[in-house]
Amino acid sequence: MDKIVLDHVSYIYGAGTPFERCALDDVSVNVRGGCITGIIGHTGSGKSTMVQLLNGLAKPTSGKVLLDGYDINSTLDELLVAWKDREEYAGLSRRAAKKAIRAEMEGRRRRLCFRVGLVMQYPEYQLFEETVFKDIAYGPRNMGLEDVEIEARVREAALFTGVDPSWLDKSPFDLSGGEKRRVALAGVIAMRPEVLVLDEPAAGLDPRGRSFIFEGIRNYQRTTGSTVLIVSHSMEDMARYCDDVIVMANAKVVMQGARREVFAHVDELSEMGLSIPQITTLMRRLRARGLDISDNVYTVEEAMEAVKRYVAEGRTGGELV
Amino acid sequence: MKGVSFGQYYPSDSILHKLDPRTKVIMAVFYIVCTFVCKSAAGFLALTLSALALVFISRIPLRTILRSIRPLLFIIAFTSLMNIFFTQGERRLTPESWVISIYVEGLWSALFMTLRIMILIVGTSLFLTYTTTPIALTDALENLLGPLKKIRVPVHDFAMMMTIALRFIPTLSDETEKIMNAQKARGSDLSSGSLLKKAKALVPILIPLFVSAINRAFELAAAMECRCYHGGEGRTRLKVLRYRTRDWVAMLTILVFFAGIFALRYVPWLYIMG
Ligand SMILES: Nc1ncnc2c1ncn2[C@@H]1O[C@H](COP(=O)(O)OP(=O)(O)OP(=O)(O)O)[C@@H](O)[C@H]1O
Ligand SMILES: [Mg+2]
Repeated sequence: MDKIVLDHVSYIYGAGTPFERCALDDVSVNVRGGCITGIIGHTGSGKSTMVQLLNGLAKPTSGKVLLDGYDINSTLDELLVAWKDREEYAGLSRRAAKKAIRAEMEGRRRRLCFRVGLVMQYPEYQLFEETVFKDIAYGPRNMGLEDVEIEARVREAALFTGVDPSWLDKSPFDLSGGEKRRVALAGVIAMRPEVLVLDEPAAGLDPRGRSFIFEGIRNYQRTTGSTVLIVSHSMEDMARYCDDVIVMANAKVVMQGARREVFAHVDELSEMGLSIPQITTLMRRLRARGLDISDNVYTVEEAMEAVKRYVAEGRTGGELV
Repeated sequence: MKGVSFGQYYPSDSILHKLDPRTKVIMAVFYIVCTFVCKSAAGFLALTLSALALVFISRIPLRTILRSIRPLLFIIAFTSLMNIFFTQGERRLTPESWVISIYVEGLWSALFMTLRIMILIVGTSLFLTYTTTPIALTDALENLLGPLKKIRVPVHDFAMMMTIALRFIPTLSDETEKIMNAQKARGSDLSSGSLLKKAKALVPILIPLFVSAINRAFELAAAMECRCYHGGEGRTRLKVLRYRTRDWVAMLTILVFFAGIFALRYVPWLYIMG
């Protein structure tokens, strides 16, 4: 079963005001568990809005968000009906039951945040503690963990995101922008969420910083077997790190599926102003010139493999230059 | 908060929106005075009709306007009750034997007070907040208070401060929401626990907010300095305020209306407040 399902979800900002704006328009998405899914789309296509629905921070205007098949936004009345038969609510009056359910809903909301860890766009601003250690520990502490466990999780998260152990006693405000980004990331990873959602985790970083962050995320995914969603503008990063890709345009999902399937629609993608990876373009051009070479190639490493294979097999056809 | 820009500005292209903001400030002042000089039933009828006419002209849904009155319902109810129970008059409604004394005069003054408060709010918000952007409003005030520069009141600086403050309210409110969401995503609990616990839960929100507000202030100051900003002396404007025919017509209308309300004070129809 799919880990996350968005079922005909719409989201409208400022409904009922003159500033009304539809950010998601009848979107349906299925996200496979245990892999990395990339979300790509041009500015303002609704990516950030979509990821904020996943941990219940924002409620869809219509439609359902299912995690492991359960609606994460069940309302009080729905729960009241569904739980009517549950033992602990049997003896209670309707009002008392409502109160108990409301308390349980609040608890669920928080637990949902621990299960679905969300790193927002430009997360540096969320740092507030005196030391980096305390800041990373903020999430685990809210989960009510033991001190020993918190310490272990902070160190583990620091390792994944490349937070240097020597920073842990520094003030987060003394770090550079990129370093703050890693700390913010660690603050969410330390909660060890089973679904990790990242909104443009590498925006504004240098190439090395980018690959560092992405490698860390992949490591986390491989080690814990969790489900990861990454919003990004960069096709190259998508190609390198994602198994599945969701393409958004104008508040709608226009394509979704395995990386291979989505990147096969080159023409449609470039029509939307999204370029496929340069190396793929190159390989396709070679193929267009008559070389019998694979064009299912998305990274430089894969391209090198393909060229080696081509040379080794001594196939011919077309002119290389 | 979400998605609504600061204040109640409601974009539309009605004649009220198009008037010069200075005209609207002047009209608002006259309108306020009107509601206070008014004391006869005939006058209040005219005022009520004028308020409805304004709503119609501005093309703002009545529902939106009524929503802005809701926070004041308590005050309105409170004043009405005070007026009903504590106004002494001649025509007593309750029997003499009752402790509670209610007079016809009390009912009238409760009605007038309610109308006065509502019309005051509807009138001023229609002239000022609904149809005028906060920035245009500060421009208008700077211009109207301009003569005070002669006696060395730093009108321009105050207006600039106002403009900047207004400009950053939506930014800060967006930012507060963003930070709250980020901390909620890390499981911060803002709604349960004792008062002290709730206050503590605000720390993770307030610290980033202050840090970013202070950074923003520095950046803005640097940006203004880079463009050689040095106060109002010899500064020209992008949008020069100019009175047009419609502004003169509007001002004439409000003057006539004012005179009318003044005259209606003495019309002995139904009731005149003592
Ligand atoms: N708080 C808000 N209030 C009103 N409208 C909003 C708000 N946030 C986003 N929008 C609108 O919703 C649409 C989608 O915004 P969203 O932030 O989801 O885009 P995005 O795909 O994440 O873009 P980017 O790549 O620039 O981050 C935009 O057109 C934006 O104007
Ligand atoms: Mg975004």
